[in-house]
Amino acid sequence: MIRLRKLARAASLLTTPLAPEDILALFNPVFSARQLRGVVTRVVPETADSATIFFRPGRGWQAHLAGQWARIGVELDGVRHWRSYSLSAPAGQDPAITVSDMGAVSGTLVRNTRPGDVLFLAPPQGDFVLPEHPRPLLMLTAGSGITPVMSMIRTLVPHRPDSDVVLIHTARTPEDAIFREELAELADQFPNFRVIHWFTGERGRIDFSSVAGLEELCPDWRQRAAYACGPEGFLDDAEALWETETATAEPASEATLTIERFSTKLAGGAGHDGGLVTFESSDREVEADGDTPLLDVGEDAGILMPSGCRMGICHSCLIPLRAGQVRDLRTDEVHGEPGQLIQTCVSAAAGPVNLDL
Amino acid sequence: MTIVSDKPDLSEDAPQPKAPAAVKTRPGALAETGSPTLRPPAAAHLSDEQIAELGRELDAIKDDILAKRGASDAAYIRRMIKIQRGLEISGRATLLVSKHKAAWVAGTTLLSFAKILENMELGHNILHGQWDWMRDPDIHSTTWEWDFVTPARAWQHTHNDLHHRWTNVIGKDNDVGYNLLRMDADQEWKPFNLGNPLYNALLAPVFEWGIAIYDLELNDYKEGKKSKEALTKDLKALGRKALTQFTKDYAATPAVAMLTGSGKQALYGTLTANAVRNVWAHAVIFCGHFPDGTDTFTEEMVEGETRGDWYVRQMIGSANISGSKFMHLMTGNLSHQIEHHLFPDIPSNRYAEVAPKVQEICRRYGLPYTTGPIWKQVGSTWAKVFKLALPPKKA
Repeated sequence: MIRLRKLARAASLLTTPLAPEDILALFNPVFSARQLRGVVTRVVPETADSATIFFRPGRGWQAHLAGQWARIGVELDGVRHWRSYSLSAPAGQDPAITVSDMGAVSGTLVRNTRPGDVLFLAPPQGDFVLPEHPRPLLMLTAGSGITPVMSMIRTLVPHRPDSDVVLIHTARTPEDAIFREELAELADQFPNFRVIHWFTGERGRIDFSSVAGLEELCPDWRQRAAYACGPEGFLDDAEALWETETATAEPASEATLTIERFSTKLAGGAGHDGGLVTFESSDREVEADGDTPLLDVGEDAGILMPSGCRMGICHSCLIPLRAGQVRDLRTDEVHGEPGQLIQTCVSAAAGPVNLDL
Repeated sequence: MTIVSDKPDLSEDAPQPKAPAAVKTRPGALAETGSPTLRPPAAAHLSDEQIAELGRELDAIKDDILAKRGASDAAYIRRMIKIQRGLEISGRATLLVSKHKAAWVAGTTLLSFAKILENMELGHNILHGQWDWMRDPDIHSTTWEWDFVTPARAWQHTHNDLHHRWTNVIGKDNDVGYNLLRMDADQEWKPFNLGNPLYNALLAPVFEWGIAIYDLELNDYKEGKKSKEALTKDLKALGRKALTQFTKDYAATPAVAMLTGSGKQALYGTLTANAVRNVWAHAVIFCGHFPDGTDTFTEEMVEGETRGDWYVRQMIGSANISGSKFMHLMTGNLSHQIEHHLFPDIPSNRYAEVAPKVQEICRRYGLPYTTGPIWKQVGSTWAKVFKLALPPKKA
């Protein structure tokens, strides 16, 4: 490896200002170490609007733990968009994401991904992982919230006869329930795994307002380490139930709940209202109106803002957006994704904005 | 997180610096309405309302392109990058056996094309931010570095900001003659200018070094407008860049070629390729603002400029080169200099489509639209270089 690096350095004498990998990338797109990429190897439809995408990552990827997620970059009409997806493949195997069509990016992934396509990647991360020491587990999932839990079940159930897992998965209809057949097979095959499918189309949502509903599905739920993943409302209800339980139980309850939230929407108001602008590295916050360029906002707050033409042509004033959205003062378009570089001289705050400066 | 309490109040009743609309409050910012203190002669026949309407028409052209920009444009620039890299490695590889004459000719030709494409269609345009919208960190104005001696960041400052903002304003846009040549009758004549044609001829084959020195802004330093620290920093950046560039073309490539006994020939090959690119880039860039028919401006013509006036200045201060598709590609679409100056950050592959619309607008508003084949435009700039070497005739 060290010799390889020396070789690369020698080769770069010939390729500068490019790196040797830029030349190698002509032959294989995953050769870039600057930008982690993966090549799609297989796409498996799961339900009518979800699919599992298997990919072979390039150098720089780390093997994932069961339950972790990764940021995936996809190009839509030439523009790179990043979203986070849970990895559904078991730990120790080639990564895969299971995506449900819920918007432009996930829809493109589900419908238009083909083997051979290149995905942009960020290494897996997340703390929604299995406990270090064996414990009986209770998984509560709703809709696409099954994906990280599926990775846990696939990792644990077939390989650990001493494991004890109960999964309560809710979906609208049997047709909408991702991994339904595989879960049934696992439950048949392994006595240490029990699956309960709950179809909200038939029975409505699980009642988390009291312990009775849960008690009925899983009587020993208090002895289990619980994991929950699903939409906001589902998680809020589960969280409330566990909080009440741990606060009131006599003697003190061992019940624990680990939650994975997917915050899909950024808290950003659109329109001309402006918002609180946070310059993160400078540790400053300023309230800005919706018509003042962020460049002026920053300068007025004494921030050393990069600047140039002040009319949107020279791109000298680019600053990475950490969170929030901005309004292009030329076109009125409201846009912004974390990491996107924005032209501060022609962009105003559209709701709260965090800048990496 | 600390909250700044000394932040000026932005609410409506807070005292705001009020200035007449026509007076700029910040450098570079355009006035909303009104007109410059003096409108350039070529546009003097137009009213404020006409200029405003012209501005709206050009804005609409840009909006149209931004709405269409997408996957096909992304595919275009990626294809160009692949082609360029293919030319680059095949050219350099062929030079490794360049003791054979045919290999020398082929290798030098391939490398010359690679360097021209890299400098113009890729480097210049990517560094303008024309492809930033793709959000691809590998094809981005903030990360791109080019096969040219001057560091990308230094060039972006003098070019994107200073030149494009102050296009052809004498005293503001140093691209008018690059502090070396007398390229406008309004520039004061000094005996030094007698050498105009000689300097230009010497500059062409080493153009990249000329640009590198120009980007150091030595005049600003002499006049105290640039600090010593800033100059030292720029010099260091240039030193590092120049060293790697020099090593690649004049040491590493010939060294590897020595294995086949082609060291000397490979050195001549890279020297030639750089010279070819330099002469070509020099020719194309001089055709951008110096041919007959392009105007230069005084500072009072900029004072109080509206968006429409700014557009007018870009159009009548620039000149196009007519020619084939291949010709446009080889100039990095700088043959569409007028369109490029109107919209410096739209993708270069779109200029050809914009050009007829811009030309039609110029015709309708009675504004000059300067264009011509390359030999004519190059001839015209050289005529200017010779003519302005001599002192102005006393009236």
